[in-house]
Amino acid sequence: MKTENNNVNIIQISDLNKWYGDFHALKNINLNIKEGEIIVVCGPSGSGKSTLIRCVNFLEKFQEGEIIVNGTQLTDDVAKIRSVRSEVSMVFQHFNLFPHLSIIDNLTLAPVWVHNESKEEARDKALKLLDRVGIKDQAEKYPNQLSGGQQQRVAIARSLCTSPKIMLFDEPTSALDPEMISEVLDVMIELAKEGITMICVTHEMGFARKVAQRIIFMDEGQIVEENDPETFFHHPESDRLKLFLDQILTH
Amino acid sequence: MAVYESQELRKPPISQVGIVLWLRVNLFSSKVNIGLTFAALYMLYVIIPPMLGWMIFDANFNFGEFSFLGFEFGEIMATNDNCGRAAACWPFIYEKFDMFVYGFYPRELVWRVDIVFAMAASLFVIVRLARNYKHKNKVLLAMIIGFPIASFFLIGGGVFGLEVVKTHQWGGLMLTLVIASVGIIISFPIGVLLALGRQSNLRVINFFSTIYIEFIRAVPLITILFMASFVLPLFFTGGIDFDKLLRALVAITLFQAAYFAEVVRGGLQAIPTGQYEAADAIGLNYVQKNALIILPQALKISIPNIVGSSISLFKDTTLVLIIGLMDMLAMVNMTANDINWLGRETEGFVFVTMTMWIFLYSMSRYSKKLEVRFSTDHKN
Repeated sequence: MKTENNNVNIIQISDLNKWYGDFHALKNINLNIKEGEIIVVCGPSGSGKSTLIRCVNFLEKFQEGEIIVNGTQLTDDVAKIRSVRSEVSMVFQHFNLFPHLSIIDNLTLAPVWVHNESKEEARDKALKLLDRVGIKDQAEKYPNQLSGGQQQRVAIARSLCTSPKIMLFDEPTSALDPEMISEVLDVMIELAKEGITMICVTHEMGFARKVAQRIIFMDEGQIVEENDPETFFHHPESDRLKLFLDQILTH
Repeated sequence: MAVYESQELRKPPISQVGIVLWLRVNLFSSKVNIGLTFAALYMLYVIIPPMLGWMIFDANFNFGEFSFLGFEFGEIMATNDNCGRAAACWPFIYEKFDMFVYGFYPRELVWRVDIVFAMAASLFVIVRLARNYKHKNKVLLAMIIGFPIASFFLIGGGVFGLEVVKTHQWGGLMLTLVIASVGIIISFPIGVLLALGRQSNLRVINFFSTIYIEFIRAVPLITILFMASFVLPLFFTGGIDFDKLLRALVAITLFQAAYFAEVVRGGLQAIPTGQYEAADAIGLNYVQKNALIILPQALKISIPNIVGSSISLFKDTTLVLIIGLMDMLAMVNMTANDINWLGRETEGFVFVTMTMWIFLYSMSRYSKKLEVRFSTDHKN
């Protein structure tokens, strides 16, 4: 971990408000994230956690407040949005691999077209990343020929291909069969050790306990509680969180 | 509690396969089905023998004398009178064959058209051979740009000392193919842009694309052809004389673009939002997103409808005879008015039907092959 940057906020979210039509989806969110920090966001469905991280790379527009990512303030300005997106990558619940492209082409697309790398350079890097997530031998196959767990690992490799500063995970294991969850979490745990800034929306409390430096609990569009894992799980303060933990941990 | 052995794989029971089973299941499965089977057989009996009689067994194939290896065959070519009316008189087609294919194109220059036909046929061969070639995209691009230009100058002339052949001399199958291929090739990119326009978040573009598509689709092609042919020149009175064929081509292109737009839009709508989001998230811009991610998938899904729409257009080109262009169908009407061959429209129409069928059925088969080859799921 780069200790010298430890006090720099790479993401600053202040007074963020978002509406879907009349529905107030995010209410006054304030959140600062330091470089290299690993944040887990959890909460019941519909609590706005996905919406929040989708605001960070402007997949969702917001009506009030401000988000500054690595010094760039997010506005409607297309150039700024693209510059933020080239530093922030995202892993989706449903992988969203490009089915018409082979695995290797999925990985090299952004480096070649967005970051102007040569095809050879991008390919070498992509193969290294595939090796790291344990599926180098599938490079020439197409996404639909792989299992869900493999597809999600490809998606993680794809989002690493552009050497992002920040990675957003939007429920990366929710669409997977139970026996495939751990292979994806293992890759994420490896990543967490490398000092990349991560925001993970997930229900995997084991993962949260193991790697998160801070856990954020959201409900009904607001941040209800924010704590280190130890306190979060063992000494929850709000009743809402106590109930939530009760519901997900008692089985 | 118990533990179970894993089971062996077995073949299905013998009574579940074979031709007898096929017949029983497909033709004789119920009283209604048996009835339908016999009704169908009866209809075939009523239609097929007389048709074959008219077309082949009672028809006249006397195309005149010819010699082969020193032997003389045939007799003097049949005329309209000694052909008889009960069956087909194919010598009519034989004699007018050039008219059906080239129209009034000067006979001594038809080799130029033949070269274009040969080039078109070789395109398919080249596409197939180049499939695994490293630079196949460049080859394809060169062909897509080069072929129409080469064809235009070969047929029209005017360069490299090729004699000019005015468009009013173009006709027959050649004209049909020119109109159909120009219409399809030029309207396709316009259609794609219109489809993207109609999906666009930019209100103005969205509005005009929608208006255009909905207007064109609500008007029959024949009206647009009339407009282009008779109304448009009224606006250009200053001595500008648009070529009649060019006017028809513009009309057909504008018409077909609206239909392609709707077909492609259907494909675009089938692409999950996740694909757009992933493309956005990795930082692709609008053009890259559509060119690299969305359109390749949307067009693949649309292949059957794109070809279907192209087939419709190909058939609709016969409407140009209404504004005085001499396509294959118009040539039939004209040649059957030849004093020597009066009343032989039927043979002509059958010939046109068969020709059209060969082209359109090939298109349909080709699209099936493309579908399989571009299959997106790669499931196995």
